[in-house]
Amino acid sequence: MNMNYTAEELAFRDEVRAFLDDKLPADIAAKVKAFRPLTKDDHQRWQKILSAQGWYATHWPEEYGGVSWSPVQKHIWDEESSRYGVPRSVPFGVNMVAPVIIKFGNEEQKQTYLPRILSGEDWWCQGYSEPGAGSDLASLKTRAVRDGDHYIVNGQKTWTTLGQHANMIFCLVRTNTEVKAQEGISFLLIDMDNPGITVRPIITLDGEHEVNEVFFEDVKVPVENLVGEEDKGWTYAKFLLTYERTGLAGIGLSKAALAHLKQLASRRLKNGRPLIEDTTFSQRIAKVEIDLTAAGISNLRIIASVEGGGVPGAESSMLKVKGTEIRQSINDLARRAIGPYALPFVEEELADGFDGEYLSDEHAAPLSAHYFNNRKLSIFGGSNEIQKNIVSKMILGL
Amino acid sequence: MDFRLNEEQQMLQDTVARLVRGEYSFEKRLEFSETEAGFSEAFWGQLSELGLTAVPFSEELGGFGGGGVEVQSVMTELGRGLCLEPYLQSVILGGGLIAQAGNDSQQEQWLGGIASGELKAAVALQEPQSFYDLNDVATRAEKSGDGYVLNGRKAVVIAGHCADLILVSARTSAPNSGDTRDADGISLFALSPDTAGLERRTYPTIDGSKGCDITLNNVQVGADALLGEEGKAADVIEYQSGRAIAALCAEAVGVMEVANELTLDYLKQRKQFGVPIGKFQVLQHRMVDMMSELEQARSMAILAASVADVEQSDERRRILSAAKNVIGRSGQFISENGIQSHGGIGMTWEYNFAHYAKRLIAINHQLGDDDFHLERYANLLQVG
Repeated sequence: MNMNYTAEELAFRDEVRAFLDDKLPADIAAKVKAFRPLTKDDHQRWQKILSAQGWYATHWPEEYGGVSWSPVQKHIWDEESSRYGVPRSVPFGVNMVAPVIIKFGNEEQKQTYLPRILSGEDWWCQGYSEPGAGSDLASLKTRAVRDGDHYIVNGQKTWTTLGQHANMIFCLVRTNTEVKAQEGISFLLIDMDNPGITVRPIITLDGEHEVNEVFFEDVKVPVENLVGEEDKGWTYAKFLLTYERTGLAGIGLSKAALAHLKQLASRRLKNGRPLIEDTTFSQRIAKVEIDLTAAGISNLRIIASVEGGGVPGAESSMLKVKGTEIRQSINDLARRAIGPYALPFVEEELADGFDGEYLSDEHAAPLSAHYFNNRKLSIFGGSNEIQKNIVSKMILGL
Repeated sequence: MDFRLNEEQQMLQDTVARLVRGEYSFEKRLEFSETEAGFSEAFWGQLSELGLTAVPFSEELGGFGGGGVEVQSVMTELGRGLCLEPYLQSVILGGGLIAQAGNDSQQEQWLGGIASGELKAAVALQEPQSFYDLNDVATRAEKSGDGYVLNGRKAVVIAGHCADLILVSARTSAPNSGDTRDADGISLFALSPDTAGLERRTYPTIDGSKGCDITLNNVQVGADALLGEEGKAADVIEYQSGRAIAALCAEAVGVMEVANELTLDYLKQRKQFGVPIGKFQVLQHRMVDMMSELEQARSMAILAASVADVEQSDERRRILSAAKNVIGRSGQFISENGIQSHGGIGMTWEYNFAHYAKRLIAINHQLGDDDFHLERYANLLQVG
């Protein structure tokens, strides 16, 4: 039994730290650490830096321009990048559609799309969920009917994250209504500039525009944009979901958020003393820190077990549930740490380039909104209830 | 990074597992529990014949030189069998205190016997008022001639009723005496239970084991009963309690494993409304939560084992308190939700689940419950 990094892994960590010290733009890191929203430009600036370093496509084989990090190296990257305030990569192109194209796409699709993902030329979004098909994804209704060299797509997708920035969307569409729900689904790559596509913002409870509805009205999609075989899209979709679930536990992010919380609680006063010395509050912090410690070791145990290759199994579902609950608890405590200043919602203070006087201070401004925004953690990527269904079936055999 | 046991560790764990499976059926366990000793002398003999009572002692002391992970392997399997033998009390705590604080002649006198299983030790560190604070010592040890006179009462000494040697903490007189609850001024004495003035009141415990309260009424001991430096035992006690906490965490994991296995089996077998009750989502999710709690506990038991034998530091204190807090909470969760999932059958003496549930709750009351350790952890919080 050995929980320590090897000399090579430690050297890799030093390399990561040196890169981040040198290349991570301070303004972007500051925003991330303070839970402020990022602009499209922030994302793209950082992606270019990562790409130039050759560290953008960490899920790809090297022959396509990816970097083949071991599970431990990926973990080190996650930990360090969370600590430094690196923006989360927008995963839809690089971590979601790309692995599907690499595994199931044809040569032309690989040649066309992979370089444009690496260069940032394409911004992808995900067309999975529909108003009537969330957790029960196989019940989706968006139709694609073959008409010569094209599919004609009609329907509606929803919860399309950052779809307002995207020029490409990968969609699950129904190509066959005669067979079992899972068997009549296809995986289509669709150019958002196609006539007939409308993107409408959904404003979330924190006032942010992060997700969208996407409408398809007689949209013509060339048949060469079909990935793999017609009606076999469910297989590809499931493959993609295993990638989506990896890392959703967000242990590194929780560690960073906890450090932020502790600093917040040592600056704020209660009864004339730092809040972190308050019995009730320090015990709340202690409890979540202890839970995070345990989840961190559980995470390492999963990483160590997949170090030899393969994708994590249903254990990562358990970790997703625990990890997201822990992160939500930390967000909850950060909101509590600012006391009555959890109430004011001054949107200007969250905007880029705000140089006025903060009502409380710059740390306080985004906390309540962030707390509400992160209620999504237990809903997306397969809600925590769905994760429990997976564990129940796959591990427990119930 | 490698979380697997090495070959030797795996062999050790398999050895204990085989022994427990072969000798410690649930029915036998109930019988052992009802004997005067409250455990099986025969099983204890088998443990020592296999050298298991020597696992944590260094090779020069006749031991196996095992560390936290080896102890973890043994304790997890003893936990799976719900074994009643005083391994934690005698080998880990008693042996640990003597190994750390005892002088050569004391080690020679006692450690060999503890390692061979011939001598059983128990520790009397708590008092009626001390709650879980082991520095809260009101028992006095006054200098008298070459030796000491002890007066006071020690509380809930697990396995104290059958011990050949009882290690007692007491506050010594000036110049090293501190006030009650001061770390300074605490001394450790090794007493024979036959010493005049030492009285034991023995009782069964809720988890099927046995313990006693001990009254010390003008108990006279020689200077050779003092373990380590006078007035300086607090650090030793804290360090060895830490090793015992790691061992308890490992035991708890074994108990939780079986508790979850029993519950899962029950969900698959028990039918209601024409289907196995495991088909009901509310019970599925509860079972998944129980498994997740076990995973958290398992992770912390591994972490605790990794610091059990390292030098004392705030980091070690934090980890051990974190681990004890997690197993306290997860143990209670699995205990309560397991009973609930079993319905009425979970409430019965004849069915084994209830006994696993009781052991989990009992573990939370040994060496500090989850609240106690949460507070200790909170006091050690670090910003930075």
